[in-house]
Amino acid sequence: MIEARIRKALPGAAALDLEFRVSEGLTVLYGPNGAGKTPTLNAIAGFVKPDEGRILLGDQIVFDSGSRIHVPARARRCGYLPPADALFPHMTLRENLVFSAACRRLPRLERHRKVSEIIERFHLSEAAGRRPREISESERLRGSVARAVVGQPRVLLADDPARGLDLALRVEAGRLLRQVQAEFGIPVVLATQDLDQCFDLAEEMLVLRGGRLLQQAAPREIFDQPSSVEVARLLGVYNLLPAEIKALDPARNVSRLRLEQMELAGPYFPGRMRGDQVTVCMRPDELLARPAGGKPGPNQLAVQLVRTAERPSAVRLEFTGGILADVPRSEYEQRKHLREWVVEFPADRLRVL
Amino acid sequence: MPIDWFPLWLSLRVAVIATLIAMTVGVWLAYVLANHEFRGKAILAAAVHLALLLPPTVIGFYVLVLLGRTTPLGRLYESVFGVPLLFTWQAAVLAALLYTLPLLVDSARAAFEGVGARYGRAALSLGASEWSVFWRVILPLARRPILAAGVLAFARSLGDFGITIMIAGNLPGATQTMPVAIYSAVESGNGAAARALVAVISALVFGALYLATRLGRKRAAA
Repeated sequence: MIEARIRKALPGAAALDLEFRVSEGLTVLYGPNGAGKTPTLNAIAGFVKPDEGRILLGDQIVFDSGSRIHVPARARRCGYLPPADALFPHMTLRENLVFSAACRRLPRLERHRKVSEIIERFHLSEAAGRRPREISESERLRGSVARAVVGQPRVLLADDPARGLDLALRVEAGRLLRQVQAEFGIPVVLATQDLDQCFDLAEEMLVLRGGRLLQQAAPREIFDQPSSVEVARLLGVYNLLPAEIKALDPARNVSRLRLEQMELAGPYFPGRMRGDQVTVCMRPDELLARPAGGKPGPNQLAVQLVRTAERPSAVRLEFTGGILADVPRSEYEQRKHLREWVVEFPADRLRVL
Repeated sequence: MPIDWFPLWLSLRVAVIATLIAMTVGVWLAYVLANHEFRGKAILAAAVHLALLLPPTVIGFYVLVLLGRTTPLGRLYESVFGVPLLFTWQAAVLAALLYTLPLLVDSARAAFEGVGARYGRAALSLGASEWSVFWRVILPLARRPILAAGVLAFARSLGDFGITIMIAGNLPGATQTMPVAIYSAVESGNGAAARALVAVISALVFGALYLATRLGRKRAAA
């Protein structure tokens, strides 16, 4: 369990000012460059000292500005994986692991047994006798994780350890972190800009921007209900359209919205008032796009196709008004000559921010 | 007139000792400056560079004032070593040390900063003590540029004139180092001695520069 309240002025970036609490398991910090992911990890690890705040690791207070507690990094038992691998280049992989074991003051015999066991578990027997620059990237990645695990950290802080590596290695990095969490019971906090990795790994996801925490929830929840337009933009997969609430009826769980020239029917939005200016938020895969035929029905908008973009699983259509909709490739193939379409906003999927 | 080679041997001895002391003090100072944030860091960094920018005679003057036979520090030195410091070859070592230390601290600091924070942080996260981070991780990684810095420091410590003449003087056969001897030779019209010493010191410094460059380059290739 990590509980943190961190405030720190950063040179050349927005100040870090956030508060969160994460439990065991795999947590992901998601956000663009300068969001504060790395400073957050550095503060937890003890590499930098926040200006103000309090950090709890398990039941130990490792930082508290109020009572002037600042446990040094070496005593915090936080495993740390930097963006580029930090295996010591002048030691063999095995020596790297032994260094880690020695730092934790394991008895000599225990040390070697443990190192050998970890080398086995991460399939590094062949690479163990070689130096980092003589082994493959995949081995270096596994070696970095293995070295951190040998020290039995109480949390592993991974600062985008596969940044800039190819997709296969990024996938492997994710698999390794899950292994660390599942097999060794070490909680993991991963900083990443990779949305796929968030979904793949995170039990809990923290969306950061400009040094602040925007939303914290399971990735699926955040995806389904981003807490703000800002979060929706960061996830980058939404149609965000300004609208006004015209009517709200909690009893029948319905609402009416005015969106440019059309009226939309939606569910009741708790906490909203009639006349509120809101942003309708729909993922491209939630919008239904059909060829135009006759008069548009309820919740349908007549649009023209502006351009298309190939996606791995579908074709993304961009319509007038900047509306995006995904349709399966097979469906699109039959209709690709069409220009006039209607998009439908399914009433039950409609959400506003 | 036969050439007196005493200044060469004296200069070599002075430079070796000054370099060894500078390496001990300077590498540690450089490591602290490169890796730690603390109150007064800017003042310490400025103080280190003072000796680089102040005229050598000014530094010499400070030493005279601080370490003269009647000063507390001067008396302390004399009571420990039994002889006064000023105007002995040991004073020439101090002069060379003051002259070379800023350069060494600068290049050693650059060497440490070139290692990259991630190795030190990784070691700390594994629970390594400050001591073993330095000896087992950072110093081995910065070994070549640190050695290069030492070689350059040696070359520079051969070359002090101003501080030496202020605090060690120009006593032939006792405190006359090469730069001082060259000055004396020119003054007294002994052209042969001046040329010989100039040639030797140039060769030594060039050799050191060449070695330092090679040390720097090999690491870049690795």
